[in-house]
Amino acid sequence: MIELTGLFNYWIVVFLMMAGFYVVIARDNLVKKLVGLALFQSSVFLLYISMGKVADGNAPIYEPGITAYSNPLPHVLILTAIVVGVATTAVGLALVVRIQEAYGTVEEGEIHRQDVADDDAERPAPTTEGDAEA
Amino acid sequence: MLFGIFSLMTAALFMDLDAVDVAFTEAAVGAGVTTVLMLSCLHLTGRWEHQPSHNPLLPLIVVTVTGAALIYGTLDAPSLGDPGAPVHQHVAPRYIQQGPAEVGMPNMVTAVLASYRGYDTFGETFVIFTAGIAVLMLLGIREGPESVPGHTTVGAQQIILRVVVKLLIPLILLYGLYVQFHGDFGAGGGFQAGVIFATAFVLYDLAFGEGDTQRVVPASWLPRLGALGVLVYGGVGLASLLAGKPFLDYSALANDPVAGQHLGVLIVELGVGITVFSIILAIFYALSGRRHGA
Amino acid sequence: MSLVLDLLSGLFLLLGGFLSITGGVGLIRLPDFFSRVHASGLNETLATPLLLIGLMLQMDWSLDLLKVLFIIALVLATSPTAAHAMAKAALHGGLRPRAADDTGRPEDDPSKA
Repeated sequence: MIELTGLFNYWIVVFLMMAGFYVVIARDNLVKKLVGLALFQSSVFLLYISMGKVADGNAPIYEPGITAYSNPLPHVLILTAIVVGVATTAVGLALVVRIQEAYGTVEEGEIHRQDVADDDAERPAPTTEGDAEA
Repeated sequence: MLFGIFSLMTAALFMDLDAVDVAFTEAAVGAGVTTVLMLSCLHLTGRWEHQPSHNPLLPLIVVTVTGAALIYGTLDAPSLGDPGAPVHQHVAPRYIQQGPAEVGMPNMVTAVLASYRGYDTFGETFVIFTAGIAVLMLLGIREGPESVPGHTTVGAQQIILRVVVKLLIPLILLYGLYVQFHGDFGAGGGFQAGVIFATAFVLYDLAFGEGDTQRVVPASWLPRLGALGVLVYGGVGLASLLAGKPFLDYSALANDPVAGQHLGVLIVELGVGITVFSIILAIFYALSGRRHGA
Repeated sequence: MSLVLDLLSGLFLLLGGFLSITGGVGLIRLPDFFSRVHASGLNETLATPLLLIGLMLQMDWSLDLLKVLFIIALVLATSPTAAHAMAKAALHGGLRPRAADDTGRPEDDPSKA
């Protein structure tokens, strides 16, 4: 049981990750899906940073007299990941804006319906049974 | 809105986990830039979502099963703060012990970011640049009627906002410069500085309108500045190649290897800062300049 | 002397904490947007400097002390501006403050016939 209390950071990460995952798959609105993705991303950052922490360590900036530092390697990875994350979220938001302009909506169900209707309109209606498979 | 608050709390959590650089970046990026971008997008797409069309039971089941599997997978993981964990064993002690001496700067995170893992950072700068180009290809920066200098929508009565913003922006810019060039001694570096710099101009745009902001930083500069940052980074690598050492080996830049490392890190961080600043500002221009039905 | 400093800093920290809590309660419980902005803006603008002064009394004279002083000045300048900007934006969006007798719902608003 004692080892389990040291694992609570992973539980928090898994909870956040699943919350983000749920938002992505359960909601129709594209902007909400993007928010869920960003939530997922934050949970991954928390995972790495919590793995890098050393008990009684200090921030990884060298100061004379301090010997215990937290691991700088996860910090480096997550630092760039955060900025890259905002750039990709911005690309996602730009795509959503264009989708809104093209379809008039950002609800996934509506978009799918419009796509199916467009496909049906393009395909010529079958005239006899022999032509139906064309 | 809630997402901005969530980002701020995550930043506080990072501080508690000793990750000062990361907390800094998360606060600036998550609580600042992402909130502004999302609000700009919501302004264009509508504030309310419709009712979801399918039953939430299946996603809930999928999520619960996946979560249970993940928690089962973490039962073997090392405890929080365990100094004997595998992540602390191989290269990390070398970075901690020899980093400040080899690269010549106390901030180990900047040392690892720019020198030991310089290739990764180069790639990431390139990713940021590509994302900016993608947004510009999707949206483009319009010169609409509101981009005419001096045209204001609600700004005319916003005296308090304008005065406070005018007082704050020089401080923000100064702080951005401080973070950029002090990043090797304290928390900071190119990524944070670029974001802070961009935030100053975003604040100006929010208070004064796009016309005036585009007079200060014209939209046509931004892709070029983004490319310039990446080229600076690559140029440093090329200079190392021409001096006979591997790509991005900064010890070739000066007679003394440690001074060369320090110089290389400074120039590389500058390139990163320029790219991050121009791309974030370009994305903001693109999203906020988009008008309904444009 | 250090006892006086400790007592004073404790007092400031308690006051700041109390104001933060009342600001939070006001944010949730007050009925109208404008009164909520008023509550949180006022309370938090005073609470943050009080908390920081309480912390400053625990620190020695150093560069860090000066930095905390700058943070206090920054908070005093930006927090009321943010509250003002929010109220202004709401007014521009059409929200009106609730008078004593109406229920606050747009359809019951007497000024919009």
